[in-house]
Amino acid sequence: MRNRQLARAPVSPETFEPRIVAFFCNWCTYLAADLAGTSRMKHAPNVRVVRLMCSGRLDPQFVLDAFAQGADGVLIGGCHPGDCHYQEGNYKTLRRYHLLKRLLQQMGIEEERCRLEWISAAEGDRVRSTINDMVEKVRALGPLHFNVEREDIEEEVTV
Amino acid sequence: MPDAVSPTNGSNGSGPRVGVYVCHCGTNIAGTVDVKAVAEYAAELPGVAVARDYKYMCSDPGQALIQQDIREHALARVVVASCSPLLHEKTFRKALERVGLNPFMLQMVNIREHDSWVHLDGKAATDKAKDLVRAAVRRVVLHKSLQKRRVPINPNVLIVGGGIAGIHAALTLADAGKRVYLVEREPTIGGHMAKFDKTFPTLDCAACILTPKMTAVGSNPNIALWTYSEIASVSGYVGNYRIQVKRKPRYIIEEMCLGCQECVTACVYKDGKTPDEFNLGLSKRKPVYLPFPQAVPQKVVIDPEVCIEFKSHKCKKTCVEACGDREAIDFNQKEQIEEIDVGTIILATGFKTFDPLRNPYYGYGRFPNVYTSLEVERLINASGPTGGEVVLRDGKKPASVGIIHCVGSRDANTNRWCSKVCCMYSLKLAHLIKERTGAEVFNFYIDMRTPGKGYEEFYDRLLDEGVHFIRGRVAEVTDWPAHPSEEGKLVIRAEDTLAAFVRRIPVDMVVLAVGLEPQPDAQAVRRMFNISCASEGWFLERHPKLAPVSTFTEGVYIAGACQGPRDIPDSVAQAGAAAAEAMALIDSQFVELEPYTAFITEEECSGCKSCIPMCPYQAISFVPEKKKAAINEVLCKGCGTCVAACPSSSIQQNFFEDDEIFEEIEGILAYA
Repeated sequence: MRNRQLARAPVSPETFEPRIVAFFCNWCTYLAADLAGTSRMKHAPNVRVVRLMCSGRLDPQFVLDAFAQGADGVLIGGCHPGDCHYQEGNYKTLRRYHLLKRLLQQMGIEEERCRLEWISAAEGDRVRSTINDMVEKVRALGPLHFNVEREDIEEEVTV
Repeated sequence: MPDAVSPTNGSNGSGPRVGVYVCHCGTNIAGTVDVKAVAEYAAELPGVAVARDYKYMCSDPGQALIQQDIREHALARVVVASCSPLLHEKTFRKALERVGLNPFMLQMVNIREHDSWVHLDGKAATDKAKDLVRAAVRRVVLHKSLQKRRVPINPNVLIVGGGIAGIHAALTLADAGKRVYLVEREPTIGGHMAKFDKTFPTLDCAACILTPKMTAVGSNPNIALWTYSEIASVSGYVGNYRIQVKRKPRYIIEEMCLGCQECVTACVYKDGKTPDEFNLGLSKRKPVYLPFPQAVPQKVVIDPEVCIEFKSHKCKKTCVEACGDREAIDFNQKEQIEEIDVGTIILATGFKTFDPLRNPYYGYGRFPNVYTSLEVERLINASGPTGGEVVLRDGKKPASVGIIHCVGSRDANTNRWCSKVCCMYSLKLAHLIKERTGAEVFNFYIDMRTPGKGYEEFYDRLLDEGVHFIRGRVAEVTDWPAHPSEEGKLVIRAEDTLAAFVRRIPVDMVVLAVGLEPQPDAQAVRRMFNISCASEGWFLERHPKLAPVSTFTEGVYIAGACQGPRDIPDSVAQAGAAAAEAMALIDSQFVELEPYTAFITEEECSGCKSCIPMCPYQAISFVPEKKKAAINEVLCKGCGTCVAACPSSSIQQNFFEDDEIFEEIEGILAYA
């Protein structure tokens, strides 16, 4: 297993800028983010996109890892139901997302920090509004903090 | 000379040597992101042997710069921070390949669409670019050599839609010796163009230029023309699609029917009683009919909804009698599903016209003499319901006609887009109506949009002909007279924005220049063919300028008004382009598929079968002898859904391996 070190620079409430990792599928949401670009739809610069071929590739561990590494939020983007480039990968994502949400809740991570959105290739505007909305919500929540001792997490993720 | 950050000793010799290239894209990136700072930052990252920034990385000198560094600095990995990988990943992969580096040793960083173009704050954008570059450097180190899969291409082409675009594409491909399946859901090909009398701006007769092409389609041995048919399902992938076509019963054996129409004459119905679809309900047809005289194929159709034989089984069947020993009529015909294999697909499914009932204030459906432009096309057409006479419902010639532009176009309440063709066809109709009836013609327009070869000149000609033009959106059409002169007339109320007062113009006939809309089943069609629609519902092209007839699904092309409002010349040009794209693919004989398939590390597979139901392509099977899962690489399309489901991480996806993605995530979040 990978040896992961928790990364989290000290943050002060005044200068806090949420760091959000996004997982976008290649065919819909990534394209929509490109469209937001070609349409010059300005949005908050807090999101870093990881491209996957399908949202179905999203292993819940990616989300957990992102939080463990200091992400304040995780955004998952896939094709609308019925529109998946691979027929039904997004349905699998949805199932995993529901389980993942329960897990995150048990870990004390607020619901708003992990979000799944269906955004089609034509919806550049939705990329903008989703990102802006999420950044504001996560900003209001403040930096991610676990309700458990840091040492415990370190122990768990280094197994 | 390119701006260079001097090669650093960042590479400590242990891992693969990475080169980082940050593109300015003119000012597109450099205007927001401090590209020099990003390159300088990258140069200090572990593993990076060289980092540079350059004006246009994708240009020849830009690529040459990378290639030179690969040779001189013995680079094993390359990171290019520029535009979206969907635009230039192929370009840079080829550049790597040409100097002997495996093309998958590249990782692209999107600092244009996802960064410089969407952020105003230069510092935040630069920080983001640094984060993304750091992630890419960490990821690319783990990249492995991959080989693209080559699969042969089936040279057959499917074309969906038999309007002018589909017809032109079919003929182009058939002339090049390709086998074409042209599938049209109506009983005849011809589409909207077959309904027109004249075409703008040359006023050449639509039938005279279209019907020879239709006949050529019908007689070309390379074209299988399947009318009255629809696509039932699509499976496979570029080069190897399997299509199921639903062939609706026309109750006529096509091979036997000669198109003599003696059955139509002999039908027990003396006169037609059913609204004729081709004439938009302006005339009536019989249960057995030919859609229009020049229909291709020249085969009649029986409408089971109105045919007495289908209703009561007690018809004298005079049609069968008239058909005689040709025996072309078969009341027991059933819907059939035929399966065909093709390598490429062209969608030319066209448009529908705006339904003016959605704009009730124009009185369509309420006042009999309010027509749509398409209905007037039929009235003007010599083979139309009135034999080319422009007459009112009572058979009289109109003395004055008002043409209302932008009905269902440029309207926030209905469709926001400009339908592009309405100004020109309104001018054409104005000319033809004036020519046929001598009526006073009033055009109510918002803006006259006449870009195109000979279009503005045509507008000038209409101005000279004495057609009236009133600039203003029409408020309503009413039959309430405000003055004795308006008695019995339709009154058009509109603000004349040039004269700055509200006009009331009484006319005998109102023509609504209805806009173009996506087909009502465009969403279902795009799902079937796995392509996207723009927000308005038009099919989405791969790139609006550089790949206007390609889609994001390889091997599927779009042509004509299914992509957006188009006139005939543009539709034909696009159809030719789509045919050329298809041919280029076919003639390369092989398609290269991305190697993003999933693979199993057998030693680690516990045989739990979790992955098997994940795959929509049945690419994973269980090998009972080994008690392990096995992936059929040919069937795998590379979504990675099984990878995420595997509890022992024994399935991985090429180019998207767990470690590669973890490294990217951690690279993004690592504080430098």
